[in-house]
Amino acid sequence: MIKKIKYFFNRVILTGSTVLVCLILATILWDIFSKGLPSLSWSFITKFPSEGMTAGGILPAIIGTLILTFITMVFAIPFGVACAIYLNEYATPSALTNIIRASIRNLAGIPSIIYGLFGLALFVQAFRLGTSVLSAGLTLGLLSLPYIITTTEEALKRIPNSMREATLALGATKFETIKDVVLPQALPGILTGVILTMSRAAGETAPILFTGVAFYINDITTSPDQEFMALPYHLYMLSTQHQSIEEVRPLAYGTASVLILLVFVLNIIAFYIRYKKRSTT
Amino acid sequence: MSIKQREGRDKFFKVVFKASGLLTIGLLAGIFFMLFYNSIAFFAEIKPIDFFTGSQWNPESNDRKFGIAPLLVSTGLVTIGSMFFAIPIGILTAAYLSEMAPSRVKTILKPMIEMLAAIPSVAIGFLGIVLVGPGIAKLFGIQNGLNALNGSVLLAVMALPTIITISEDAINAVPQSHREASLALGANKWQTMFSVTVPAAMPGLIAAVMLGLGRALGETMTVLMATGNAAVLPGGFLDAVRTITATIAIEMGEVPYQTTHYFALFAIAVVLFLITLVINLLGEYFANRLRKFHA
Repeated sequence: MIKKIKYFFNRVILTGSTVLVCLILATILWDIFSKGLPSLSWSFITKFPSEGMTAGGILPAIIGTLILTFITMVFAIPFGVACAIYLNEYATPSALTNIIRASIRNLAGIPSIIYGLFGLALFVQAFRLGTSVLSAGLTLGLLSLPYIITTTEEALKRIPNSMREATLALGATKFETIKDVVLPQALPGILTGVILTMSRAAGETAPILFTGVAFYINDITTSPDQEFMALPYHLYMLSTQHQSIEEVRPLAYGTASVLILLVFVLNIIAFYIRYKKRSTT
Repeated sequence: MSIKQREGRDKFFKVVFKASGLLTIGLLAGIFFMLFYNSIAFFAEIKPIDFFTGSQWNPESNDRKFGIAPLLVSTGLVTIGSMFFAIPIGILTAAYLSEMAPSRVKTILKPMIEMLAAIPSVAIGFLGIVLVGPGIAKLFGIQNGLNALNGSVLLAVMALPTIITISEDAINAVPQSHREASLALGANKWQTMFSVTVPAAMPGLIAAVMLGLGRALGETMTVLMATGNAAVLPGGFLDAVRTITATIAIEMGEVPYQTTHYFALFAIAVVLFLITLVINLLGEYFANRLRKFHA
């Protein structure tokens, strides 16, 4: 009898903690969307902020985040994919390979604010790019590298060796095998990783703090050497630094909703690609 | 294309791929070098002993003080507090997912956990200001809920997906034969789980906790927004704190280039970098132990 009660209790705490995790997610989404969605409107996402940020929309922050994420990916994808190709297709077990793998794991564990410091020292100061969307994008690109490498390598690993051998036996060079057989086959997997990394980069704030983000610009960023607005930074400013914080709360909720929706849409696309690939193979 | 051209291209791209591989070592070395190089200038002016033992962080006053203790204690308090919530909930959820959950429930829960991981830190910090902070203030009858406890709760939420995912992998990695042997000896499902499966997965669980800890330790925006930002030695969880990450975020934007204060921020970044490095290496060590154990 006592044992039965004990086992019932075990079941309750295991299920209970899982339910708690679900409740946390539900609370986060409910609080932000229930208060944020009412302030969303067409003009909120197509207008500039006005009257000292207490009215108007968040268009420049949306555009800034899109440009920033684009620069990040243009930089991170080629390097990340090339590094993953080296590790999976060329590298033999050696001390050098181990060092590269250890570096990647450690890079993934470095706090994002330290990437911000590195971007400030390297891109803003040493390369004289100034505080700009280019500096910030390159900084986020470095931060994204380890994730792109790891997910791409996972995707490459899943391609059976027989495919490579068949191509090589037909007389293709190793590079041709990779370009024409391995990469096209691994594309859905690589794409999933790239999109998930994008959603992560779009939500990052700490690395862009000193590398180019601005509280307000009165013009849409068009050139890579300009400062820019970004959704996560806009949310940070509206919720902590604005002089009339209570008044702009609805705008902050609206910005949070847009940011989370953007991140979720990217995640759902990634899930969809992964799901489709699984059901076809 | 002639065979010569094709072979040339083959060789060329081999070099390109290898160079990108080496770039990652260069990047880690570059970050390491940048942090140390900039903090040397700081330690030339401020004695390391004052930096590590000083109990005041007050870099802009006339009688400037660069003691890292308040920041270090703040970071420790918030991080350890977050683990207090995240470890039990995370491991129990992982145990539920791998040992109890029907596969249909699993296919819903796994994407939910990924969604939780995808929520940007700035949004979690925002909820700390508008939801969790006021809740804590009401619960404890204090005026302001922006304190270490608030930061701990929020960081726990951020560390949870990491801990759950890696713990679940660790529990799944325990060979089925272990469970079957235990059941065949007459142990029931629960005895098997608590006396066989979980202990066998222990190194993996420790690795999961280490990675979660690393994530909480390096988090910036959440603690910057939700912990009150007071750079003084905290007395407890209901005091406002300011972590190393938050201090860098606040002060780097305002400090003049290449002053002692500027270099001081690199010095505290070195400390943060080394702590996360040790935690990551420990996590890796335990993950390898698990792999060896089951190989």
